[in-house]
Amino acid sequence: MTDFNTSKRLKNRYKAEKRFKVYSMSALIIGIMILLTLLSSITISAIPAFTQTSIGVDVQMDDDDIQQFQDDPNEVSWRSIQKSSLYELFPDVESRSQKKELNKILSTAAYIKIKDFYLKNPKLLDKKNTIYVTASDDVDLVLKKIIDVTLPENMRTVSDDQLKYISFLSEDDRIKKQISWKLFQNSDSREPELAGLKGGIIGTLLTMFVTLIISFPIGVLAAIYLEEIAPKNRITDIIEVNINNLAAVPSIVYGLLGLAVFLNYLSMPRSAPLVGGIVLALMTLPVIIIATRAALASIPPSIREAAYGVGASQMQVIIHHVVPLALPGILTGTIIGIARAAGETAPLLMIGMMAFIVDVPSKITDKATVLPAQIYMWANNPERSFEYLTSAAILILLLILIIMNLLAILLRRKYERRW
Amino acid sequence: MLNFYILTLLFLSFASYFFGKKTIQKKTTLNQVPQHSRDTYHGFYLALYLLIPSAILILIWVMISPNIIHSLLEQKIQNTILLEDNSQIGVLRSQVISISEGIINTDNQDILSLVGYYNDISQLSVNLILVVSSISSLFLFFYAYRKINLRFNARTKVENIIKNTMIVASLVAILTTIGIVLSLIIETIEFFKIIKVSDFLFGLKWSPQIALREDQVANEGLFGAIPLFLGTILITIIAMFVAVPIGLLSAIYLSEYSNPRIRAVAKPMLEILAGIPTVVYGFFAALTVAPFLRDNGATLGLSLSSESALAAGIVMGIMIIPLISSLSDDVINAVPQSLREGSAALGSTQSETVKKVILPAALPGIMSAILLALSRAIGETMIVVMAAGVAANLTINPFESVTAVTVQIVVLLVGDQEFDSAKTLAAFALGFTLFIITLLLNILSIYIVRKYREQYD
Repeated sequence: MTDFNTSKRLKNRYKAEKRFKVYSMSALIIGIMILLTLLSSITISAIPAFTQTSIGVDVQMDDDDIQQFQDDPNEVSWRSIQKSSLYELFPDVESRSQKKELNKILSTAAYIKIKDFYLKNPKLLDKKNTIYVTASDDVDLVLKKIIDVTLPENMRTVSDDQLKYISFLSEDDRIKKQISWKLFQNSDSREPELAGLKGGIIGTLLTMFVTLIISFPIGVLAAIYLEEIAPKNRITDIIEVNINNLAAVPSIVYGLLGLAVFLNYLSMPRSAPLVGGIVLALMTLPVIIIATRAALASIPPSIREAAYGVGASQMQVIIHHVVPLALPGILTGTIIGIARAAGETAPLLMIGMMAFIVDVPSKITDKATVLPAQIYMWANNPERSFEYLTSAAILILLLILIIMNLLAILLRRKYERRW
Repeated sequence: MLNFYILTLLFLSFASYFFGKKTIQKKTTLNQVPQHSRDTYHGFYLALYLLIPSAILILIWVMISPNIIHSLLEQKIQNTILLEDNSQIGVLRSQVISISEGIINTDNQDILSLVGYYNDISQLSVNLILVVSSISSLFLFFYAYRKINLRFNARTKVENIIKNTMIVASLVAILTTIGIVLSLIIETIEFFKIIKVSDFLFGLKWSPQIALREDQVANEGLFGAIPLFLGTILITIIAMFVAVPIGLLSAIYLSEYSNPRIRAVAKPMLEILAGIPTVVYGFFAALTVAPFLRDNGATLGLSLSSESALAAGIVMGIMIIPLISSLSDDVINAVPQSLREGSAALGSTQSETVKKVILPAALPGIMSAILLALSRAIGETMIVVMAAGVAANLTINPFESVTAVTVQIVVLLVGDQEFDSAKTLAAFALGFTLFIITLLLNILSIYIVRKYREQYD
């Protein structure tokens, strides 16, 4: 019975089928490609930030400096030692302007390396030592071939003279490129070659600590009450709707809450992990409550009934039987909630946690910044080197989040039980 | 001092747990009365009666004491220093507090005496809370100690305390909402005392930075929020054009076409996108997407601003792909298999089944997913802060730079400013609008699911 028309229609229908399948498959592929592009573009741009160029200078301390060093190493004029040992490498550089250019090839705080060297090896004080000190970020970029040296001089940040000095140094084999741990050792700085993430990482840890100790007990207790104990009435209904709505409130509104209530009304310290932690805890609370309720609901009623059957009170049933069985699910939800909070930036901007802070915070009321806020600040910095540093910071943040999520997945795999 | 007190309290309640346990154990060995509760409950009873009164009092003290101290200090300021106008009290107050914390220094005698006064009353308030809370804790501890004996129903008491703690914990969620609503409403009302509501909601010009001097005639600046709303809507629409097709189609592919192996790999990969912090998306938009669009736009003869709405919208769309795909995946999977089989039995192809049977059946769920994604996009901050502009242009051209509501909240509030200026208050008015819009979208999404959900089986 297949006349010409139906067979043609059938063909079209099969074509449409094929088209639809291709469309939907390409949508998935696009989604995955975007993820890969995002991750790879950030990884690639992070690579330069993990190595650092050092320049070897010959340092010879004079007698005054040695005397000073034995009195108080902090009082030695390290800066001028740094400069004079650099001038020694280039005896023909004489004019002031040339010297100024020459000084710019070292980091302004390169002398820290010299100081550390002598503090570690005080026996070598009176000898001439070759010490590798941190190069400036421009030199670093030239050697990583990021600054295009073929451009005319006024279109790059490095002058022709400086290029000459650099090539002289590399012919003399005084330039070393090493993997650097300064991202973890230093805290924030205006100089890209010195800037590190230590302050941000510690700040994030302190903030997450506050978030955890507030949101975990409150969230779990609230969820147990709502799921196991509360009578079904209007009030508990309102609480439930309310929790679901809180989960959808934009994070920046929590920041406004923190600013108005904790900073202005309660006069808590600005920029402190304490306030940041409380704000993020309020934000995480609905997540933990919802996850805990789901975990509690998945425990079959037979467990409860058996416990009641041997004479346990309601609280004993909950604390001795239901909660321990639901604990893996509760912890998984908590870790995921905390991981989300750890990547949150907007509410923390409102309460001043993106100030430029050099000191590493040591307690929860100190001024501090967090990793995402530091990423935001670095991303706004126009200097080229900060682009790579930002990518590296993002990589570290993502690594922390991935570890947390893996932990959650492992926990679920290991302890998940099907009833 | 307070820290030391809290540590001591924790230690003492720990000790009193064992103390209560021991007391009861000793009594059991002496007499042969049947025991109502196990020893541990008596221990808990003592420990909680020691801990809870102090905990409640200290919490209340933390909440209200700064306020009382500040108003006392302000009164003192008014009495000691003659001020020309009252607006300087707040400035002086924070100055005094910073001096006492050792952040700044001064040699003004008047202020130094105020600092002394401030230190005195702070010390007084700490001493007061220490005395009151330790007395009440000790009092209740002895009350509890007198009560425990073998017939005492310690278990019921302890269980009641735990239950009440749980009720308090679930009220925290309510308190948070009240806190949000109150703080937003109070500041918004303050704002509307300065700026007319109609000027804010329907004004076409937004330039809050216009007030250069205090005494300027129009020192309020212009607070017409239409350009911000329009910018947010434009960016959100672009985001939806990216996220809805990709998210929905990949959900369809994952649930209808793919084999389990692909699904096991692809679904978590899409979910990784959901776990990436928004600041990373913002950086991706500014570093990769915006330059890419600008360069390609130039070759096509389009002039794209480097902070174009397009870049921000596309990246925001990427951010909400996983939200749409995972929610749609759930609702598509919830459509019963019998519908698919019935449709196949009638001879339809798989795509016809999807388009004519599954999507209509899953539509309420998909709509609610899209509304949730919409509310997420509207409230999203970091992507637009980093990729969209700051200047409020009234335009619907996606190649130009626009600003968004959240961007302006950040711009208005970041940095030190006096709290009561129209600029900071405007941020709260914007935040309130944002809160209302996202709330309405959520209610709408719940309503759609409830009203139009089909019951199968």
